[in-house]
Amino acid sequence: MEGSSRSEVCPQLLDLIPKQGEWIANRDGERRHGLSEEKKLELRLAPPGEDWSVKDNTKTNHRDRDESLFSLAYFSPMASMNHNTSINNNSNGSTVFSSPWSSSAYQGQTQHNHQQTKAPSFLQFPSTPQSLPVMAQEASQPCCTKVVDLQSSEKKTFSPSSAKTAVPNSSQKRTAPAPVVGWPPIRSFRKNLASSSSSKPAPESQNAAPDKTATKKPVETCGKGLFVKINMDGVPIGRKVDLKAYDTYEKLSSAVDELFRGLLAAQRDSCAGGVHQKKQEEEKAITGLLDGSGEYTLVYEDNEGDRMLVGDVPWHMFVSTVKRLRVLKSSELSALTLCSSKQDKVPLDSPMK
Amino acid sequence: MRKDRTEMSEDDDRSPPLDLRGADIAESSSKTRNCSGVTGPVAGPGPSSMEFQAPYPDQVLENVLENVLQFLSTRRDRNAASLVCKSWCRVEALTRSELFIGNCYSVSPRRATARFARVQAVAIKGRPRFADFNLMPLDWGAHFAPWVNAMAAAYPWLEKVYLKRMSVSDDDLTLLAESFPSFKELVLVCCDGFGTSGLAVIASKCRHLRVLDLIESEVSDDDVDWIACFPESETSCLESLIFDCVECPINFEALERLVVRSPSLKKLRLNRVVSIGQLYRLMVRAPQLTHIGTGSFRAPESVAQGDPEPDYTAAFAACKSLVCLSGFREILADYLPVIHPVCANLTSLNFSYANVDAEQLKSVILHCHKLQTFWVLDSICDEGLQAVAATCKDLHELRVFPIDAREDSEGPVSEVGLQAISEGCRKLQSILYFCQHMTNAAVIAMSNNCPDLEVFRLCIMGRHRPDHVTGAPMDEGFGAIVRNCKKLTRLAISGLLTDRAFSYIGKYGKLVRTLSVAFAGDSDMGLKYVLEGCPRLQKLEIRDSPFGDSALLSGLHHYYNMRFLWMSSCRLSPQGCQEIARALPRLVVEVFGGENGELHGDETVDILYMYRSLEGPREDAPGFVTILQ
Repeated sequence: MEGSSRSEVCPQLLDLIPKQGEWIANRDGERRHGLSEEKKLELRLAPPGEDWSVKDNTKTNHRDRDESLFSLAYFSPMASMNHNTSINNNSNGSTVFSSPWSSSAYQGQTQHNHQQTKAPSFLQFPSTPQSLPVMAQEASQPCCTKVVDLQSSEKKTFSPSSAKTAVPNSSQKRTAPAPVVGWPPIRSFRKNLASSSSSKPAPESQNAAPDKTATKKPVETCGKGLFVKINMDGVPIGRKVDLKAYDTYEKLSSAVDELFRGLLAAQRDSCAGGVHQKKQEEEKAITGLLDGSGEYTLVYEDNEGDRMLVGDVPWHMFVSTVKRLRVLKSSELSALTLCSSKQDKVPLDSPMK
Repeated sequence: MRKDRTEMSEDDDRSPPLDLRGADIAESSSKTRNCSGVTGPVAGPGPSSMEFQAPYPDQVLENVLENVLQFLSTRRDRNAASLVCKSWCRVEALTRSELFIGNCYSVSPRRATARFARVQAVAIKGRPRFADFNLMPLDWGAHFAPWVNAMAAAYPWLEKVYLKRMSVSDDDLTLLAESFPSFKELVLVCCDGFGTSGLAVIASKCRHLRVLDLIESEVSDDDVDWIACFPESETSCLESLIFDCVECPINFEALERLVVRSPSLKKLRLNRVVSIGQLYRLMVRAPQLTHIGTGSFRAPESVAQGDPEPDYTAAFAACKSLVCLSGFREILADYLPVIHPVCANLTSLNFSYANVDAEQLKSVILHCHKLQTFWVLDSICDEGLQAVAATCKDLHELRVFPIDAREDSEGPVSEVGLQAISEGCRKLQSILYFCQHMTNAAVIAMSNNCPDLEVFRLCIMGRHRPDHVTGAPMDEGFGAIVRNCKKLTRLAISGLLTDRAFSYIGKYGKLVRTLSVAFAGDSDMGLKYVLEGCPRLQKLEIRDSPFGDSALLSGLHHYYNMRFLWMSSCRLSPQGCQEIARALPRLVVEVFGGENGELHGDETVDILYMYRSLEGPREDAPGFVTILQ
């Protein structure tokens, strides 16, 4: 069974699940798509650190609804990913879901990934079954919101469940549904309407909005690169820079200069009423981005949404918290509220080690 | 009516044009336009004596032909004319002003621009429809960039671009804005890859822009105030501005100024960020609007308790030409009555974002006698649909979307609603219906009551669900649809379906062009019935159905006539797909799946996507795509 073969791949993770043999043995018997009524397994919720126990549950009605939804929601994607019901018994039962495009939700990774990827916060379970322990930790969190999020909100690019289903024969009775990729065939912006269009106050409905633009995250990791959007005052089109390509602020600064120097000059030409393409002024180098001495200053937005001056923190810390960059006119700086950790400021030359 | 069809068939068995030899000789000697020896109107001697005709009479004839062909407008007619002979092909190519590319990979930009020299409007479609439902990996392709680059050189007079399911970048939009000084219309449907910065460039540089329609597209928020980029100083010729899918906040004051200086503006669809109070301000400034998409339709937060709210009803009443309403995001049903003054004139109403119940709907719908297009959520229940059926006798298109799109949700609409619609709306042409429970009887009733049906898409959300009254498969219902609806061209099936359903489709669905199949069928025979029985089939999308290699092989005679075939999570093997690729060299056979894009022999193919192409394997295929040859 590929369940057991998977356990060989990452034994150290699966070992954290008590009675894993029992769980997997139960899965062996599962040949139908989805969860049949008789053989529905249920994970009982437990705070982290306590025993998970897995039991066969033949009665589905006297479960607490929340818990059942929770376990169904959390469990069934794994069920569908674990059990392989296609007759060819292919070992790629989980291919659909661990293959490139499900992980491309995480900023365009195209490699086949078995490691845990950075999951969106509301979908704490990962794309491979080895990461089951992570789910265990989530069990203690309130389950209701997770259920709603899981069941009804689908970020466009995240497709947790396998679409692999067995062929039913015509006498197939209806089985309880496990979430399946792309079914029902509704586009993502048509989901979450119950929460967004009822008479609830507006702020809650705006929470549904991020789902639609989920794909356009500011930070992309394309395998090796860390691409961050960068906009510059006066230049309408933003660009992207790969922060992994630099290891110091100086290099980043000169890269920004190169990136925008031409564009800025072109903007100045067109603003000066120049209809012609020829550049009338030389491209001016953009300097002094980091120390406030130039016409422009480089700032960034971190993962908490605060705007910071670039250069204040060690480079590696910057790279891990930056979400997007902006090149502002230095004259506008004082008008903005910047959170600069000046008291903790590390000398600027330390990243240059 | 059939204008969407592409008639180009690669395995056309017509004999080669008679003038082939004549054309060779003429081309080598004539400096002006190559005239072939044979043209249609010249009757009499056979081809061999035509070879040595002097160019001049043919030139006249070609001029005549050019003038005549100008009157051909539909693709179908033009494609037919281009097959008459080389001369007609050439002249038709010179006179075609609207270019439609149904699959962006079927032909290269270079080839298309080389053949059609005077194109003013271009429509290009990219990804297959199942990509909308997360079934296709991101970054699969369908890039606009090669097209806009080629067109920038070839069509400097280009005026209109329509794209569907393409990846468009901000740079592409910039190039578009800078390359086409007469550019007038941009319509992006289900596209992605661009953001508000690209929109800003379009707004600022396309001085003759009349239409900017963004429909169901993903637009990233680049923090750019694109509305303010429309040139402020002059009257704008804007006729249509649709941006309801843009999720970012907009500069309302700039929008208001834009509306004020756009006297030709007829269509305005706002995004959900725009409040009802702001809508009011726009409406009083633009009573000439014919299509309005509201933003949020609830009490504006800034209005304090007790403050008088604007007279929304009067604003609607002032829009005497209003025929289409949509939007209604985050609706508070208390505000619905304000649209009453316009209901009697409405031909199109889109409530598909509005969570309203039957009672709330009834208060509106009973005024909408002229309604032809109605999109709604199933929150209105069967009772709401009955009200629609009672009033909207002219209904042509109905779409009922689920408010809770899960397989096990409560189904507020069922066969009762479908039956009611079939009895009340006899002129129905197109229906999309999501439900949890359905019966064959209701579907059969619709097939009998609505003979004009061209599009029948029924989505029973629970997989493999039988007729919930009889327990039988849904075969007979869909069978009745294909049998009785003689004009049917598009069909989407669902529920418990055996091979019998497919045999019906193959036997009766002779005009079916688009077929969507999910979780259906028993064996290879199902697919065979369809491939062997439906000669007009162009777009076939199948998921999670037990069709294997031998079924795939049974369609070899037909694949060149199709735009594409999509099969995901079926029972195809790499060898089976390979066989198709070998047998049909002009077919591009893409398979996805396997580790790192490599397929091993004993696996099933996750996704097969194949399409005819003049260009062979595309060069921009990402790593997870394997193109079999």
